Amino acid sequence: MSDRPTQRNLVLILARNFAAQLATSVFLVDDEGTVIYYNEAAGRALGRRFIEGHGMPASEWSTVFAPRDADGEPMPLEQIPLGAAITRRQPAHGVVQIRSAEGEDRRIEVAAFPLFAHSDDFVGAIAIFWELGEEG
Amino acid sequence: MRVRIRGCRGSIASPGPDTVRYGGNTSCVEVRLADGEVVVLDAGTGLRQLGAELVEEGAARINVLLTHLHVDHIEGLGMFAPIYRPDTEIHIWGPSSPLASLAERIATYFSPPLFPVHLAEAPARIEFHDASENEWSLGEATVVSHAIIHPGPTVGYRIEEGGRTLTYLTDHEPALGTSLEDEAPEWISGFALAHRADVLIHDCQYTPEEYEHRIGFGHSSTEHVAIMAERTEARSLVLFHHDPMHSDAQLDAMRADVLQRMDVDEERCTLAAEGMTFEV
Repeated sequence: MSDRPTQRNLVLILARNFAAQLATSVFLVDDEGTVIYYNEAAGRALGRRFIEGHGMPASEWSTVFAPRDADGEPMPLEQIPLGAAITRRQPAHGVVQIRSAEGEDRRIEVAAFPLFAHSDDFVGAIAIFWELGEEG
Repeated sequence: MRVRIRGCRGSIASPGPDTVRYGGNTSCVEVRLADGEVVVLDAGTGLRQLGAELVEEGAARINVLLTHLHVDHIEGLGMFAPIYRPDTEIHIWGPSSPLASLAERIATYFSPPLFPVHLAEAPARIEFHDASENEWSLGEATVVSHAIIHPGPTVGYRIEEGGRTLTYLTDHEPALGTSLEDEAPEWISGFALAHRADVLIHDCQYTPEEYEHRIGFGHSSTEHVAIMAERTEARSLVLFHHDPMHSDAQLDAMRADVLQRMDVDEERCTLAAEGMTFEV
């Protein structure tokens, strides 16, 4: 074949374009769970700009922000909503405590879902999240 | 491969004195591969005359590659003479949707009340192939399809044969929600299909001023197509899918605008015109 460059699936292109326009935090990973995009709002919440987080594998983003459950217990990848969307390929929702790259503890509510270009064509997953206040 | 434009008008057939030079038939491009294999890109109203000629020459096998199923890209199928001949084998490629197969989607149009004949009643041997994200061989050629930005499931095609490449990206809005000038190639719709193509046939429906009022309609402006051609390093560009409201004179002005933006030799940028033939 020719020297055609790599091309992202159209679903990922559209998801990224959509996320780039949103003020709400959005985190986008490919079919292996590697970070391919997160928007400016997500960068602020995580304390790490996308240019620094691009290419993070699931094993890194699922630990570097120290995700914990309501009891403060560490959450494995499969229990984090985005991890569930990747490993089980099902939508997931939950509240997660994280520690930003700047060392600040935050409680976020996450809705994640897998992205299928066709019913048998899993191309990645997307998480939308927002920070909860003291009462949230 | 040899290419002949059979229809290059967008949206709706537009015959008349103002469109006579570039033509009023909707999208249809005839491609003849080196071994004589017949490939047809889209089945707009330009397909009717091609069908008559294919019957005349006794074509036994025809490949129809549909980019999507908007009416202006399939309305020629009903009057495609080979479809009524039992000795003809027709392979139709195109995008499925998440809910329906390609055959089911085409049958929606090719049946009453929109058309008097049911697709199932057509005598030709018709096979349908999903071209959503695909790569396959036709004779000595390789065909690649990728989904591209346009409302509803839509693909673009890249045909490679003997070291030469033809790319067909009609009905395409790669600039939707992004900056074509700054974006990384892997994130630009259609980029890999168009990369270093010898001939890039690309949507060029709007002027930049018109585009401002038609964002999301699924088409490109002169500015977008110039950037796409430059960034993908396409060797020549054919402007396609002319707006039905644009006269021949307006199309000439749009080509001049593209040329000014690209700063390339005039022969590297042409307006598709019905009957235009070229070798790739």
